[in-house]
Formats: sequence, C-alpha cells, structure tokens
Amino acid sequence: MRSFQQKLAEFDARGIRVVGISVDPPEINLRQSQKLGYTFPLLSDPKAEVIRRYDVLHSGAGPRGADIARPAEFLISSGRTVRWVNLTGNIAVRARPEQVLSAFNQIEAAGQ
Amino acid sequence: MKRKRNWPIWVGFIVAVVGLFSYGFFVQFPITRDFPWANLLLLGIGVALLIVGLFRAFGRPQLYRGKIFGSILTAIALLLFVFFCYEIFYVLRQVPLSAHAPRVGETAPDFMLLDQNEQPVGLGDLLSGSRGTLLIFYRGFW
Repeated sequence: MRSFQQKLAEFDARGIRVVGISVDPPEINLRQSQKLGYTFPLLSDPKAEVIRRYDVLHSGAGPRGADIARPAEFLISSGRTVRWVNLTGNIAVRARPEQVLSAFNQIEAAGQ
Repeated sequence: MKRKRNWPIWVGFIVAVVGLFSYGFFVQFPITRDFPWANLLLLGIGVALLIVGLFRAFGRPQLYRGKIFGSILTAIALLLFVFFCYEIFYVLRQVPLSAHAPRVGETAPDFMLLDQNEQPVGLGDLLSGSRGTLLIFYRGFW
C-alpha cells in the first residue's frame, strides 16, 4: 500500500482510482491514513460481506481467529469489468504498482 | 592460563537474533519482503559464527571457553532459524484458493462501503469519471 501511495501520481495520470478494502472500521482507517499519509480511500468492510462476495476471505486468519481478507488486487474498468487480477500465493508477496501500471498500459494498447 | 572469550559465539548469537527480529524492518520493502533473503542471510551468518565458536570451544578447550553456553546458544539460534523458515515457507503460503474470485472478463460484484471519513463509497462512484479502479484487499488489523 505504501508503494501504491508513492506511485499514486502515475495512477492519477492514467485516470485509475486506487482504494484499499479491509475489515478495519473507519476510525482505524482514518488514523492509519493520517499516520501513513495515504491520500486514497480506505474502505471498511467490518462484516467481510464484500470480501466474501469477491471470495477473498481468509477465514480465521486474523487476531483471535477473526475473519479477514487475504491480500488480493483487482483492476476494474467501466461496466464493472474485471481487467486484471492478482491472487498471491504468499501473504508477504503483494502486487507492486509497476505490475498494475504495466498491465493497464497493455490493456489500453490492446484496446486501441 | 586464563581461557579466552570465544567471541564468535556471542557475535553469532546476536547476529542470528537480529536476523529474526529485523523481519519487521525488512518487510517494509518489497525487495526484502517478497523473498526475505536479508533475514535468512543474517540467520545463516549467525549460525555459521556459532559453529566456528563451537569448533574452537571443543577443538581447543584449554584455549577457548564456551562448550556449554556455546551449545545452548547454537541450539537456540537453530530453533530460531527453523521457526523462521517454517513461518516463511509454510505459514505465509497458507492462502485460501479463492477459486470463485471474479476473473478477467467477468463482472465485478458491486458494493457500497464506508470510507475513513464514514462517507459511503460505491464501486459505481469509483468507476464513474475514472478509467479504472484498483481494489486492493488487505489483511488489516492495523
């Protein structure tokens, strides 16, 4: 997420919105945004309803067995079409902003 | 004759402990997070130094100290190493399959969630006026 904040200008330049989604409540997200200087929204899904809808629930993996989201990234375009997906096989390995930007560039090039 | 302090044992143990606990630092950078080579390197150097120290303690016991505490510290460092490898190569890879996650070309499920300012944000709002939206699901519990 930190790396996405650092590259946010490149996402803005392409007209891509970046949002984070987790089970954390809005007050935690506000505190975290301020602390880390995030300028993109952090959305709160406390009951993991949207997380379940996207099938990215990691059941019981949070503190005290709480249900949380597994790391996952989806690039969505108009019409809610999924254009690119990253489902990591290792919690420590997440998508890098460069990967998403280059995927977007390829999709744009293919669409023209 | 007074026996010498067996420095590789102490230094090795400290390096191994630093190798484990520096994970919180190295995890901030993708280059040392995707594969934790920096931590494994430190743990490896620590264990290697401990083994050098043990060789000195057992090979020339009249010159070097550390047969007992060297063995104990080496055992602890090896346990730390095994624990680290178990976490990195097993625990972190226990990720659900997400077989029903939306795939490329499919329609993403709609949603309406509160942002950090308690304002509702829908996928439609994000997509209108943008050329794309990147949803980053993360573990949370910050």
